[in-house]
Amino acid sequence: MSSIATRETPRGFSVQEYLTCLTGIVWREGLRFLHQRERFVSALVRPLVWLFIFAAGFRQVLGISIIPPYETYILYEVYIAPGLMAMIQLFNGMQSSLSMVYDREMGNMRTLLVSPLPRGFLLFCKLLAGTAVSLLQVYAFLLIAWFWDITPPPSGYFTVLPALILSGLMLGSLGMLISSGIKQLENFAGVMNFVIFPMFFASSALYPLWRVQEGSPYLYYLCEANPFTHAVELIRFALYGQINWVSLAVVAACTIVFMIGAILAYDPSRGLARRGPAGGEG
Amino acid sequence: MTSPAPITEPHDAAPGPDPAAVPALSIDGVSHTYGPRRALIDVSFNVQPASFTALLGLNGAGKSTLFSLITRLFGIQSGRVGIFGHDVGKNPGEALRLLGVVFQPRTLDLDLSLTQNLLYHAALHGIGRREAAARSAELLERIGLEERAGSKVRDLSGGQMRRLEIARALLHRPRLLLLDEPTVGLDVKARADIIRHVRQLVTEQGIGVLWATHLFDEIMPGDDLVVLHQGKVLARGPMSRVIAEAGAQDVNTAFMRLTGAQTMPGGGA
Repeated sequence: MSSIATRETPRGFSVQEYLTCLTGIVWREGLRFLHQRERFVSALVRPLVWLFIFAAGFRQVLGISIIPPYETYILYEVYIAPGLMAMIQLFNGMQSSLSMVYDREMGNMRTLLVSPLPRGFLLFCKLLAGTAVSLLQVYAFLLIAWFWDITPPPSGYFTVLPALILSGLMLGSLGMLISSGIKQLENFAGVMNFVIFPMFFASSALYPLWRVQEGSPYLYYLCEANPFTHAVELIRFALYGQINWVSLAVVAACTIVFMIGAILAYDPSRGLARRGPAGGEG
Repeated sequence: MTSPAPITEPHDAAPGPDPAAVPALSIDGVSHTYGPRRALIDVSFNVQPASFTALLGLNGAGKSTLFSLITRLFGIQSGRVGIFGHDVGKNPGEALRLLGVVFQPRTLDLDLSLTQNLLYHAALHGIGRREAAARSAELLERIGLEERAGSKVRDLSGGQMRRLEIARALLHRPRLLLLDEPTVGLDVKARADIIRHVRQLVTEQGIGVLWATHLFDEIMPGDDLVVLHQGKVLARGPMSRVIAEAGAQDVNTAFMRLTGAQTMPGGGA
């Protein structure tokens, strides 16, 4: 095949083409999300159950002292709202990433991956699109929460946006990385038990870490080392117009590491080969 | 594509209509394994521009694996795949630009409209919105679905979905089209429509087509044939020559002689 590599020099892709591709992927993900009303409702019901029932029940049990970024005593509901926003993103990230690796969305992944643009870029777009969907969920949650007296400053709704994008990307990439690394993963329940719940509970989402430290120093260190804690704190501070620099650094670093790892580890043959020798062959 | 050539030679070794032409698709010594299982063993063949090449094989022959390698869905373990001279492994962007593909499983978004599906595909190829809308309308008209442009894909029949998938594969104006068993599950008329449509693309637009199938009646005299069995190419070349070399009268018998298959794989009407 001496003909190979004798053709005209590659013309590459323009910035415009990259942008068209990116917006197309995000647009499609948004459209699909709007059609999947059940997914939207369940994504909203989960944090609302925590807010309406769990938080109301625990309001009297857990006293919250004044800790940054809050300047006054706050209700427990107000404390856990950022944690629930991050939880929405955690679920969304795991769900959309799993469907990317396993065969549910395999047909659509094929359509995506035969695009001539670099595969790393396509996967990045896909993660960004998943994050965009999580933003819709989070803002819908914030809207309902507003009627429940969770009223951050109006500017907070804007300042929280970059934090949400970063944390969404981190959690989406983590989901993709995990799903590439686990061989046997029959359903979502496994991820719930081994990833989502431990990450959520061993974090500052439901209780301030100083309280955890009183109870168990080891758990405290675990929580401190949990990237999800930093996603929650990044969102919490951003919602009140502040930047938690440590959390920003941790989330940014984790995003880069997870994303590079996920893109390198992504192997579409896994989703197809899993169907067994007969299924994927033609 | 009917010029005589020894069957043991790669097909492009024989002077075709244009000896200087770069093959639309060149598969050169490609092998692929899934763990211990060898799915493809030293597969080599070419598809010329403006030709219809049928990739004939039973289920499990390795057709889908080959398609996954050509579309860079899987990494190439050994050998080379070239699309108009661009190496899929080294320069996938340029190679995939020239490639349109229709996979065996349906890959449309059922909840989106026909136009939305096409616009999404156009965006994946970096085609701007206005241009994409124009091309979508034009293609929908060509496949006779312009009045359904706004309907959900879910409401289409199986044959209409396939036509839409072919239209989608042509949206970025590729010069090579791959179709993996595109007529599976379709009724007789829908099958005939699709085969006619694809053959028109070859003759009218000069597109090189690789058509994977296990249905013998989809192959016509004058087509190029690649017989793939258990991961190996058993024969390749113009259909008439493959049949003659196998000492058979028709494709069906030739295939059975070559593969040692006892029963007809079905559909050979």
